[in-house]
Amino acid sequence: MNIMYFAWVRERIGAPSEEVVTGAATVADLVAELRGRGPRHAAAFADLSALRVAVDQELTDFDAPLKGVREVAFFPPMTGG
Amino acid sequence: MLRKVRVQEAPFDFGAEAQGFADAQRGMGAVVTFTGIVRDLDGTLARMVIEHYPGMTEKALSKIAEDAHARWSLGGSLIIHRHGALGPDEMIMMVATASKHRKDAFEAAMFLMDYLKSRAPFWKKEETGGAAEWVAPRGADEDALKDWE
Repeated sequence: MNIMYFAWVRERIGAPSEEVVTGAATVADLVAELRGRGPRHAAAFADLSALRVAVDQELTDFDAPLKGVREVAFFPPMTGG
Repeated sequence: MLRKVRVQEAPFDFGAEAQGFADAQRGMGAVVTFTGIVRDLDGTLARMVIEHYPGMTEKALSKIAEDAHARWSLGGSLIIHRHGALGPDEMIMMVATASKHRKDAFEAAMFLMDYLKSRAPFWKKEETGGAAEWVAPRGADEDALKDWE
């Protein structure tokens, strides 16, 4: 599964994306796994209320299922316009 | 029905885009445009860098346009949004809407703006002399969406 990071989440992780082999059932399960990858990941995922998530390029919630999903992206609230 | 979404790094010619959009309409009595410009509130901004999520950005903007067309009677809509590094007073984005009567065009333009601010994957970073800071979302922007629900 391809995990992507944007804005300050990308900076905190130190990479724009990474390939992860996971059996996580939901986004929240995936976050728990990612937090264990090291201090940078732990810092990026410290406060989920500051994060938004997209699954296969659709905005969704942290309880979204991951079955068959290819791409998950984490980022702060959007500031377009 | 004309519905266009463009995400690009290069500047756009606002006058030419607005004219081209209006010229392409048939039987529309109203065209509304909005343009967003990089603000330098206290004279310290060196540049604004806009990051986006290629692929998802285009999908999200298309969906927002589709929702606007479902809700109002529109002859056409145009969304252009830039990414990359922009200087103070440069144009960031524009929307244009066309309708038979002005109310639809005005409301749809507001709707496009409100949703693309908080639901399209763009992130702004402001760089001053020595510092760089990600722009925090405004509560008012999120609240604006509630008015459309």
